Amino acid sequence: MKFDFDGWMLAKRALFPILVGMVLVTTAGCKKASLDPFPASNAISGWQKTSETRVFAAKDLWQYIDGDAEQYISAGVVSTSTSDFKYQGQLEATVDVYTMGDAVGARKIFETGQTGDATAVVLGDAGIAYAQSVLFRKGPFLVRIVAYQSTPGADQALLALAHGVEAKL
Amino acid sequence: MKSRRDFLKTAATGAVLLGSQAKPGLAAMVDRSGLHPQQHTDAGRSRVVVAHDGVMHGPDGLLSEKRVIDLLDSAIAAYTERDHPVDAWKRIVPVGKTIGLKVNGLGGKGISTHLALVLAIAERLQQAGVKPGNILVWDRNARDLEACGLTISTDSNRIRCFGSDVGGYEDEPVAFGSVSVKLAKILTRECDMVIGLPILKDHSGAGVTFAMKNMYGVVQRPYDLHGGGCNPSVADLNCIPAVRQKVRFTIGDAITSVYEGGPGFHAEHLWQPNSLIVGEDRVAIDYSAWQMIERKRAEVGIMPLEAAGRPPRYIATAADAAHGLGFNDPMRIHLMEI
Repeated sequence: MKFDFDGWMLAKRALFPILVGMVLVTTAGCKKASLDPFPASNAISGWQKTSETRVFAAKDLWQYIDGDAEQYISAGVVSTSTSDFKYQGQLEATVDVYTMGDAVGARKIFETGQTGDATAVVLGDAGIAYAQSVLFRKGPFLVRIVAYQSTPGADQALLALAHGVEAKL
Repeated sequence: MKSRRDFLKTAATGAVLLGSQAKPGLAAMVDRSGLHPQQHTDAGRSRVVVAHDGVMHGPDGLLSEKRVIDLLDSAIAAYTERDHPVDAWKRIVPVGKTIGLKVNGLGGKGISTHLALVLAIAERLQQAGVKPGNILVWDRNARDLEACGLTISTDSNRIRCFGSDVGGYEDEPVAFGSVSVKLAKILTRECDMVIGLPILKDHSGAGVTFAMKNMYGVVQRPYDLHGGGCNPSVADLNCIPAVRQKVRFTIGDAITSVYEGGPGFHAEHLWQPNSLIVGEDRVAIDYSAWQMIERKRAEVGIMPLEAAGRPPRYIATAADAAHGLGFNDPMRIHLMEI
């Protein structure tokens, strides 16, 4: 059987862009998956990272937030990373970083459920803060930080942590 | 508001056999299992007790364990018409059986069933004659249980506490109506009776999550049941025999709640109703809890759940003739606020 060199070259030329595309997609996926948006302990003054980072793919997000997952999936969530933090050994907080398919998805979630007592803060593309929580978006990322106690200075501590996360996105 | 003493004067004397849960064959099955078949009804109405203590949280914001157990005693006494807590609990739980306490820790720390409530119930169960090893506190997994402040334990000489990540799920699905699910073995094999300990929350899909929705934590893939605002899935799931027959009592945790943004923890929408909602009729309990959330939403100026596009329609479905799980008609609910 004679090897069809010309045919092989044609096929190679045709397949090359597809292969390159696949590599790029795979690489991009790895980049997102390997992104660590969480500041290490003491990287932000007073804040300790107190749990392992947990990552949920879109199809598994329900395991973390049950039916709430639906609105994130509708908005194109790709993955969600979460970790717990503690400030000065007292104030406990959870940081959730939702990686959406694009900035539109992040904006859609960001604009859902805001109430009148929110304060606009300079974070990412847009941010708001409450006494015990901070929400901001930056590109395809949506970040929610909630504190479980209301302590004096909690709002400023949360903002500092939020800036630390933003810097890593 | 009616006081407990007033209630005791006027309430129908004694409980009557099965009210809204009556279905052909159910009473007999319950009898064979040794469980108490009574459903407390008052002149054909389901009894729901809402017990409130406005100072459960101290000035430091911490929950008083003493006040939790006192409130629990008040609620159970009113419900059972027994003043002594142990006598009251003996009206609810059978001796020699395994009692499951199905908590809800899905919302994470801050919006999960309170540890103080779990401990209070476990204490009263033991005083009523239930052996520690016959009390099983459970939820989906270790993470949810830890969110409630609980520690995993499988020691049969102590109160047991573990999730379905340890207990596993049945291999064969069971079905009712629209749902086909694999049930937790803790429900099917370990527990003779389950007391639901849901925590009251707004829910982005279902509208409200409380007694009936808490049963999503007893199946392997609850996410599959979230379409259509969880309607009719919640009602259908509660009609599956193991759920319907074993989950016979609810002590709903409305100590802390979220009236918006649920089911996750949203500090900006956190609220402390400081209440327990107790009863056997899961539909009546959910209806009453829904009204509580609506009142709070109105108070803070948020649109009603109907206007928000997510009324908890599954409650009416659960009350319809095809499901017959209880009453959602306020005229058929004897709401006792104490």
